[in-house]
Amino acid sequence: MTAIPLQLPRRLVEFTLDGRQVRVPEGATVLDACRAEGTEIPTLCHGDTLTPKNACRVCVVEVEGARTLAPACSRRVDPGMEVRTGGARVRHSRKLVLELLASSTDLSTTPHVAGWIREYGARPDRFGPDAATRAGQEPKVDNELYVRDYGKCIMCYKCVDACGDQWQNTFAIAVAGRGFDNTVSVEHDAPLTDSACVYCGNCIEVCPTGALSFKSEFDMRAAGTWDESAQTRTTTICAYCGVGCNLTLHVQGDEIVKVGSPHDNPVTHGNLCVKGRFGFQHVQNRE
Amino acid sequence: MNDHRRKGRRGSGPAEPYTRITRPMVRGRDGLLHETSWDVALDAAARGFAATRDRYGPDAFGMFSCARSTNEMNYVAQKFTRVVMGTNNVDSCNRTCHAPSVAGLSAVFGSGGGTSSYQEVEDTDLIVMWGSNARFAHPIFFQHVLKGIRNGARMFAVDPRRTSTAQWADRWLGLNVGTDIPLAHAMAREIIHAGLVNRSFVARATTGYEEFAAEVEPWTLDTAEQVTGVPAQAVRELAHAYATAERAQLCWTLGITEHHNATDNVRALINLSLLTGHVGRHGSGLQPLRGQNNVQGGGDMGAIPDRLPGFQDILDPGVRARFEASWDTVIQPRHGLNLTRMLDAIERGTLKAVYCIGENPAQSEADCEHTVERLRALDHFVVQDIFLTRTAELADVVLPAAAAWCESDGTATNSERRVQRVRRAVPPPGEARDDIAILCDLAARLGHPWTYAGAEEVWNELRALSPDHHGMTYDRLAEHQGLQWPCPSTEEVGPTYLHGRLWSDDPRLRGRPAPFGPVKHDPPVDLVDGTYPIRLTTGRRLDSYNTGVQSGGFASPLRRGENIELSPEDAAAHGLAAGEVVRISSRRGSVTAPVWIDPGLRPGLAFMTMHFPDEVDTNQLTIEATDPIAGTAEYKATAIRIDRIAAPAGAR
Repeated sequence: MTAIPLQLPRRLVEFTLDGRQVRVPEGATVLDACRAEGTEIPTLCHGDTLTPKNACRVCVVEVEGARTLAPACSRRVDPGMEVRTGGARVRHSRKLVLELLASSTDLSTTPHVAGWIREYGARPDRFGPDAATRAGQEPKVDNELYVRDYGKCIMCYKCVDACGDQWQNTFAIAVAGRGFDNTVSVEHDAPLTDSACVYCGNCIEVCPTGALSFKSEFDMRAAGTWDESAQTRTTTICAYCGVGCNLTLHVQGDEIVKVGSPHDNPVTHGNLCVKGRFGFQHVQNRE
Repeated sequence: MNDHRRKGRRGSGPAEPYTRITRPMVRGRDGLLHETSWDVALDAAARGFAATRDRYGPDAFGMFSCARSTNEMNYVAQKFTRVVMGTNNVDSCNRTCHAPSVAGLSAVFGSGGGTSSYQEVEDTDLIVMWGSNARFAHPIFFQHVLKGIRNGARMFAVDPRRTSTAQWADRWLGLNVGTDIPLAHAMAREIIHAGLVNRSFVARATTGYEEFAAEVEPWTLDTAEQVTGVPAQAVRELAHAYATAERAQLCWTLGITEHHNATDNVRALINLSLLTGHVGRHGSGLQPLRGQNNVQGGGDMGAIPDRLPGFQDILDPGVRARFEASWDTVIQPRHGLNLTRMLDAIERGTLKAVYCIGENPAQSEADCEHTVERLRALDHFVVQDIFLTRTAELADVVLPAAAAWCESDGTATNSERRVQRVRRAVPPPGEARDDIAILCDLAARLGHPWTYAGAEEVWNELRALSPDHHGMTYDRLAEHQGLQWPCPSTEEVGPTYLHGRLWSDDPRLRGRPAPFGPVKHDPPVDLVDGTYPIRLTTGRRLDSYNTGVQSGGFASPLRRGENIELSPEDAAAHGLAAGEVVRISSRRGSVTAPVWIDPGLRPGLAFMTMHFPDEVDTNQLTIEATDPIAGTAEYKATAIRIDRIAAPAGAR
């Protein structure tokens, strides 16, 4: 049996970011470097707990000498490379990506996207209403815990990776269909309750658009009562087994309305099980 | 029932979720519980405790502390027991699960915690999941296991059931219930005879090897196969894989500890780690996975009858002296009664008053009808909880508490000894109050006016008394997302794994060597015979938890109620189809439940949970045979029979 090498301390590599000399640990991505330097890069399909999928292309940057733009989320820094994050090519590409996504998909619950659309001068409406190939689908409400609203899905694959071999290893969902018809689906597009789903909600944790949401959030949004500005977020310890998962409770009006977990937590890495994510209701069952 | 709105579950049939209790209750002359004011309830609770102490002495009092409350609450609860009431009779539901792990680990290593961190199972070469369905019972720990498997580790599952954990294993060793010691001994013998003992480690860091080697000598692979039901070749393979792995993690759960000889089971597993040197190194260690969010911390805080806070030995006069000086009291120089013995003492009539915080023994104890009778026999019974549980229904005084994990501040300690902050996110409902405030109000009524400004003040008192926790300020706990004990210094973080000292070249640094435990096989007490031919074992499901008081509160799409899970072979032999309701009987009681057919069960093995006691009270079947060292009952091995109720073919 071979020994598995443990991680060694990493060397630093130096490169040029927007004209400045920057040093980052070997293996860091351009996105890691940009965030460390305070350079803002928009991302949608990137997940801080997931392997980059390069699906959305909204994070592209220019690398000197490269023919095509590179996704910052997965391009590793090479010594001596020169990266530009704000040139005309980059801005044009991001604008087009935002226009294509926002014209086809309902991004009304996607954080930050409205600001990026303004910043890059994107005009999603220029393709006309027929471009809305995804938006307007009926949300799938088939259980009391969470809702799948695929009209908001940008096919970033994060939920599939979180459910699959990167974290949960349940493999309840996959990408089905081709071209414009592709969609995230359980086997045979059955209701969730007839699927392999174990309701860990780790797909909700990584969903960047709100396509997957707690039913409590979905219902409150429908009733017009969801108000993130009125919510507190408090991190505490799960009430169940002895693993000690950290829960971040989202509370509005003294009610727990949503539960997450810190992505940098050494116990959970942002993941929970069904009890931790949804098992809070007992404290607020009142007469 | 009570004259006021009955809170909790109503009627028969599918249970409604429990609802929170929001006002104190006191049992009236009419024998019913009536809502009242806090002052009246606290006066009644204190009066009963004082009367018991005055009439029968301090040892007529017992505290059932709460493994799901904070460290701070457990610290105050044990202090209440030792200072206000003057006894060491304090314990919690650690007794029903991992007390044997604590007893076994502390006997060998002097410390009752798991030796490893979760990260190490990702960095190891071999993972043994022994009597643990972590995929269901500890799902986020299992994600670390899955990382380890994806990093190239092999995984062996040792479990009577082919569980969802076993589905991820390279090999599943489906042993007969209660034959863990023969399997471990046969592995040890094979390791010895194959020349795979880590000789330098055994020579330098252990004692009792010769006696242990003699004890395991009769357990040949063939003998083990006959007793355990595991093919000799599979035992040999696991023995060689474990002994030759560069790093190996041995993880266990209640399949090891819920037996009448559970501490011996734990010792048998620890022996394997000593034989091979798989302890005290990164990636090599022993990891009991604990079942309540603060069951580790409750014991660490001294809410057990034999230890003072910081897991310090109550029999050590020097230790006692420090606490006596700090608390201005005299601590009894002997062990108190554990939960099991407290229940016995109630029956004998020597324990008269119990203060039960957040525990549900009326449904969680083995042979629970017996437990209910005992609790009814108490002179004075105070229950502090968030729900009117079956246990609370028996109380003289019911005190509505805040839910510790989200309505209180404090800390909790997990299975990797990581102390983490618990924070108040929502206010408690109605008049429900924080556990510590209630304890202090009772202490004041009994002559000890304690005032704590908050949980942090309690914690700092504990830090001053417990060297292992001294370095863990609230600020540092927040900064580091929790710290692992021992953490004596405010400048350093604790070690990720324990007992590295055993590998030291310097004998003085090595400290006390770890003794082998030459334990003997002792089969389950409840014998399978012609009348009770099926072995019932118990466990958890993914979406439910213990007696279901918490997990019954959310609408899980996975929930299917209680079933008697049978192998396809046994179902066929009895002519049973899935869904048919049958009678399940043991030598103690009988319940009815629908049949569920699980191909992961071997013939002769059945499975039930304890999650739905209001519908199917599984603990009417289980046996109260308890481990003599740790007091844990043999929930895992009951002899049952299955009888049809309805005539076949649509007679129902």
